[in-house]
Amino acid sequence: MNGALAIAPILIPLIVAAIQVLLGIRFGRLRTSLSFLSCLSLVAVAAMLMMSASAPNGEGTMLVYNLGNWPARFAIVLVVDRLSALMLLLTAVLALAVLPYALGRWQRMGPHFQPLVQLLLVGYNGAFLTGDLFNLFVFFEVLLAASYGLALHGSGARRVGAGLHYIAINLTASMLFLIGVGLIFGVTGTLNMAVLAHLIPGLTGTPRALMHAGAALLGLAFLIKAAVWPVGFWLPRTYSAAIPPVAALFAAMTKLGIYVILRLSLLLFGVDAGAASMHFGSEWLLWLGIITLVVGSIGMLGARELGKLAAYCVLVSSGTLLGAIALHSPAVTAGALAYLVISVLGIAAFFLLAGLVAPREGPEGTTQLEPYDPAIDALFAAEDERRVTSPAPVVILAACFLACGLLLAGLPPLSGFIAKFALLAPMLDHGTGAILLFALTIAAGLCTVIAMARAGIQIFWADADWEFPRVEPGETISVMGLLGICLVLTFVVAAPWNYLAATARQIHAPEHYIHAVMGQATEARP
Amino acid sequence: MEVVLAIAIGALAGSGVWLLLRPRTFQVIIGLTLISYAVNLLIFSIGGLQVGADPVLVGGATDLSRYADPLPQALVLTAIVIGFATTALFLVVLLTSRGLAGNDHVDGEDGTP
Repeated sequence: MNGALAIAPILIPLIVAAIQVLLGIRFGRLRTSLSFLSCLSLVAVAAMLMMSASAPNGEGTMLVYNLGNWPARFAIVLVVDRLSALMLLLTAVLALAVLPYALGRWQRMGPHFQPLVQLLLVGYNGAFLTGDLFNLFVFFEVLLAASYGLALHGSGARRVGAGLHYIAINLTASMLFLIGVGLIFGVTGTLNMAVLAHLIPGLTGTPRALMHAGAALLGLAFLIKAAVWPVGFWLPRTYSAAIPPVAALFAAMTKLGIYVILRLSLLLFGVDAGAASMHFGSEWLLWLGIITLVVGSIGMLGARELGKLAAYCVLVSSGTLLGAIALHSPAVTAGALAYLVISVLGIAAFFLLAGLVAPREGPEGTTQLEPYDPAIDALFAAEDERRVTSPAPVVILAACFLACGLLLAGLPPLSGFIAKFALLAPMLDHGTGAILLFALTIAAGLCTVIAMARAGIQIFWADADWEFPRVEPGETISVMGLLGICLVLTFVVAAPWNYLAATARQIHAPEHYIHAVMGQATEARP
Repeated sequence: MEVVLAIAIGALAGSGVWLLLRPRTFQVIIGLTLISYAVNLLIFSIGGLQVGADPVLVGGATDLSRYADPLPQALVLTAIVIGFATTALFLVVLLTSRGLAGNDHVDGEDGTP
């Protein structure tokens, strides 16, 4: 029945990507419409899954799909709970919003933009849905393989150089992932997350130590994907070298690492894991999150390029989220989820905007923000001699820039403030580490304001040579669509917030998840 | 046999890490390949080592200790395929980088003009 719907988010983009590859580049228009069709149906499917996951009969509603109808202990499962439905909807909306942006010049920079985006979605959706660790590895690899292609889209020395580092570090991370998976399988004989969560309280002595070692290696692999200090230095270079629509799609990728850490730390090392394993590693996560936050803020202040500034915003949001989920409090987690949604949408919009504001790509493909020099300030010139054909695009861009700044810094009146408030308000009751995180998150907001204000002044007011960008309609639609969603979330607060609060309560009670997968396993095949 | 395998995995992983930290792209890719060999051997060995044991049950099998665990073998096959594909992709990027930068340094510049 409904269970089969759970596999649709993987199958739809996979089939569309296969058709698009077969069509080749001659049927560009057909390919594009297929992409739109796929993204629209993904949004619809994700919304339906979200409805079924939030059905009113309690917080334990979960959709478990046994692939091949084998019981969960022996074979692989897909699990839809509130958290995975939320992440599915977020990526589907992000992809749909970014698509119009890429229609013009960007997708023509290389032959296979559309199929690669669809394969990226296969990886995202699979990783959000899967209920076992090895499949998580497989979907991560699908995601990464597509992301390698997308990061190199458009080629050029800068992208290839950044792509080389990106691929090398991700291959290494995958090896760590596999070692962790191997150790965990060696100890427990299973890779199903629910079964693992069921077995962990019973482990003692050497098996428990090996289990912890495996989980730590696994965690390290995800921390690399989440770009946490000291393993996150690949991110600014890769993201700022990628073309804007790709960077916008990648904005959700670090959040995938955060998602997995959130899911596994609460499921495997949550309240039921026994005294020795409970909250394993969360001290580390908190401090790594705090350091990442500081590094991201410093990077933001030092960034001399709009793409780099956006990339350091990603680091800041990664650090904040990691620190927040390490506190193991349902209230903070709910706020963190709100912050996650807003920061993905806001950062994606900022990446897209950065691509529009920067001049068209020259041979080197990079533009730097110049240090401020009053002598060449256009404001001091007697007359602004730029020919203005129509001020509308500039006004729209500047307004969008302002909105991005408000969202990312978490200032009122936009939804960024609501999300940040929801994250920070319950944080003060959780010890010194949490208070430090609280203070630094606010300081990071101030750094964002300073960096954004400086960049805005240099671009819109002080740069005499700045050519007003020729903006294609699709590009404006994308940026305004993403910001529009954030705007809507400023006014429609109650329903999304109730959903997020229930999500946080659900993932903090892992017995629902374990029961849904294992209980269902016993009745599937008598 | 376990000791031999453990030494082999350690030697492969150790040389792999050393090569990974070298500045030339070719050394990096060889390092990654060696590490992936070590990881594949590790996964292969987690089911326990047995000589001449069959991984597939033959009808009416009662004594499971005479069979090898088939799951690590399936996992290692998947890991080999994925590792092979990504290494091939990395090789292409490496060659492109060599062509664009004119040298094989991982940063695209090695101090000599």
